[in-house]
Amino acid sequence: MGLQEIWFILIAVLFTGYFVLEGFDFGVGMHFPVLGRGRTVEADTRRRVLLNTIGPVWDGNEVWLITAGGALFAAFPEWYATLFSGFYLPLLLILLALIVRVCAIEWRGKIDDPTWRRRCDWGIIFGSWVPAVLWGVAFANIVRGVAIDADKQYIGGFFDLLNPYALLGGATTALVFALHGAVFIALKTEGQVRTDAVAMSRKLAVPAVLVAGAFVVWTQLAYGKGWTIALVAVAGVSLLAVVALTAAAREGWAFVFTTVAIAATSVLLFASLFPNVMPSTLDPSWSLTIENASSSPYTLKVMTWAAAFMTPVVLAYQGWTYWVFRQRLSTDHIPHSIGLKIGSK
Amino acid sequence: MDVLDLSRWQFGITTVYHFILVPLTIGLAPLVAIMQTMWVVTGKDHWYRLTKFFGKMFLINFALGVATGIVQEFQFGMNWSEYSRFVGDVFGAPLALEGLVAFFMESTFLGLWIFGWTRLPKLVHLATIWLVAIGVNASAFFIIAANSFMQHPVGATYNPETGRAELTSIWELLTNNTALAAFPHAVAGGFLTAATFVAGIGGWWMVRNMRRAAEIRTSEPEEAQRLENDARGLFRPATRLGLMVMIISGIGLFVTGDVQAKLMFEQQPMKMASAESLCHTETDPNFSILTIGTHNDCDGVIHVLDVPFVLPFLAEGEFSGVTLQGVEDLQAQYEQEFGPGNYKPNLFVTYWSFRAMIGLAAGSAALALAGLWVTRGGRVPDQKWFSTLSLVAIPTPFLANSAGWIFTEMGRQPWVVHPNPTGVDMIRLTVDQGVSDHAAGTVLTSLIAFTLVYAALGVVWFWLIRKYAMEGPQEHDAQPPGSNDDTDDTQPKQLSFAY
Repeated sequence: MGLQEIWFILIAVLFTGYFVLEGFDFGVGMHFPVLGRGRTVEADTRRRVLLNTIGPVWDGNEVWLITAGGALFAAFPEWYATLFSGFYLPLLLILLALIVRVCAIEWRGKIDDPTWRRRCDWGIIFGSWVPAVLWGVAFANIVRGVAIDADKQYIGGFFDLLNPYALLGGATTALVFALHGAVFIALKTEGQVRTDAVAMSRKLAVPAVLVAGAFVVWTQLAYGKGWTIALVAVAGVSLLAVVALTAAAREGWAFVFTTVAIAATSVLLFASLFPNVMPSTLDPSWSLTIENASSSPYTLKVMTWAAAFMTPVVLAYQGWTYWVFRQRLSTDHIPHSIGLKIGSK
Repeated sequence: MDVLDLSRWQFGITTVYHFILVPLTIGLAPLVAIMQTMWVVTGKDHWYRLTKFFGKMFLINFALGVATGIVQEFQFGMNWSEYSRFVGDVFGAPLALEGLVAFFMESTFLGLWIFGWTRLPKLVHLATIWLVAIGVNASAFFIIAANSFMQHPVGATYNPETGRAELTSIWELLTNNTALAAFPHAVAGGFLTAATFVAGIGGWWMVRNMRRAAEIRTSEPEEAQRLENDARGLFRPATRLGLMVMIISGIGLFVTGDVQAKLMFEQQPMKMASAESLCHTETDPNFSILTIGTHNDCDGVIHVLDVPFVLPFLAEGEFSGVTLQGVEDLQAQYEQEFGPGNYKPNLFVTYWSFRAMIGLAAGSAALALAGLWVTRGGRVPDQKWFSTLSLVAIPTPFLANSAGWIFTEMGRQPWVVHPNPTGVDMIRLTVDQGVSDHAAGTVLTSLIAFTLVYAALGVVWFWLIRKYAMEGPQEHDAQPPGSNDDTDDTQPKQLSFAY
């Protein structure tokens, strides 16, 4: 296997890691309106339970995206340049959502005031829904191919990105991340929050199977390869398993299978793409491939060493963090707010 | 405005904004780590209270630093795709390394630090904040190495077949002499910023407590005593720590700044000539302190105040016998080398940003000297002027950092990759060759969106930091957390911290 193949796989791994880890982070934020509804002090405590299930880890999860972006730049600069200049407006929306989300999560508890918190909640909700939908739209478009000219420039418009396949992709990521998040909340909480999250995951499981099932089958039929049928099967079986496991309130195993389903779908997208990285709908010879978009062999070699050395270290300490904060949370665990009052000194 | 100007404004605004927050993070992480270490080593509660007090402001700042940093990772591809294609082979490597080595470390261990107060053994918890401090500084190194390639490209060759720069030595890229000078300079700037912040807030609180104590000494003797104890036992140590770090980082800034200037005279003579409004090549020119006039025509500038000897020393470490190239001569030389074009940066901005960067150091210097004087021999100050000075000094290093980066970046215009006079000739790119081919309206949309969102968040950031600084160390942080044992699940134990 050549270095370009290795780097294609590594990029796929980084984005898959991002979707699995931020998938439930987004899901947690997406559930604020329902699982954390109400304006009372109790409702606020419930929302704090939700938020604190991802409290110590969401920032590290988000770095998977930053590193994926950096790795894309280093290993496939042409892909990086065409993708981000081409998908300009969707990316702008994702970035604005992520900016607002970071500040809303981190600043929410700093002020003890209902209006302040409600505004932060809206920031978290907006910052979770927008990327959850748009990443699906973006990746479906990458697989589908876009109007790339001979100079590797995207010459389509914003609304060309909103085709049926891509919109189905957006619905898939939104629903699957919402399900992944509900299962994660059920796994990380106890008491009433857990009961409600289990109920929510039961409601979401069937629609998620239908929409995601349609998306992966479409992907396979239109863009798949012979062997990728296995990934469709894994994704499908995992989603069906989630339906059964949420019905049985086995959220631990359900979480394993939402993870497998997201990973299988992500791998399916990348596998369908290979060896292209951004197919052109105008002329196949204008497509960006791992050959014509990659860096030089020396850069790839240096980066391979760095990744081989650092990735296990990162996985080890991130895994340890999850272990340290493995405890389930309930409203009883949430301390009184130590935020400042708006009117004080 | 065309797409080039809009893209330049957007990158400038987002980067200057990011770099208001970054230096405070770079400097405050190690300072908070030092405070916590003092607590762990000495067992004195006041260090614990200071760790919590400054730790909260550190986190408020960190959040916006992260939020504004995310944009930078993607903006190269969004707005500067031609640049990204040209240098991606080289420039991408330090960016990816920054993510792998530094961002993962700082974000993961910060989560452990915030939530781990009663979950982790004391020493392990202390290690997490040190890893955060190392992580934020490591990320600074990688991104400055990437920037230094744009100022002084090394470790790469030009491939005529692909028409792009290709990496030949990661070692040369990471030991670029420009990076080795710029990194300690930026870090010293970060430490000065954070130390001024700590000393300024500590100084303001000392005076406030002492004056309040004097007012209520007869009516509420106990409260007066408590205020005095805090001034002496809490804010004075914080201020002294800040002052010490200010002096060390101030010396560091001076030395590294001198090294950097000497490199710039050699590697980017146009930047230094325009910083001095030096029009024509001269031997032993004077250092200009004040000029008036139209700066973009350097012959139209009137030199009001000049000092001899300084400039030759800045350039080559000699007091005389140094010949420096002028803007007009360099322009002629570049036209010959690179073809017709305007190779002059904005002379007004380079001239004044250079002076602002150096001049604003006076804010920190005044606070450092005054602070050492009023706290000498165990004294606790109660002079009103000192509390005013403390507050006034806090923003000065932030402004100096911005001025310094504006000088560095706008001084390399019109280049986005400045040609290395002793490097590979073809590795050079002007900004108009690097920009993406977007409609102006597209970039105008993002420019307005980022500016508005950043402005709104910036106001909230300032309000929060001010509020937390004015509130002072809080009562619930008066006592260190008790046991670290998490085995007792029979009674739900509240988290030591929750969002």
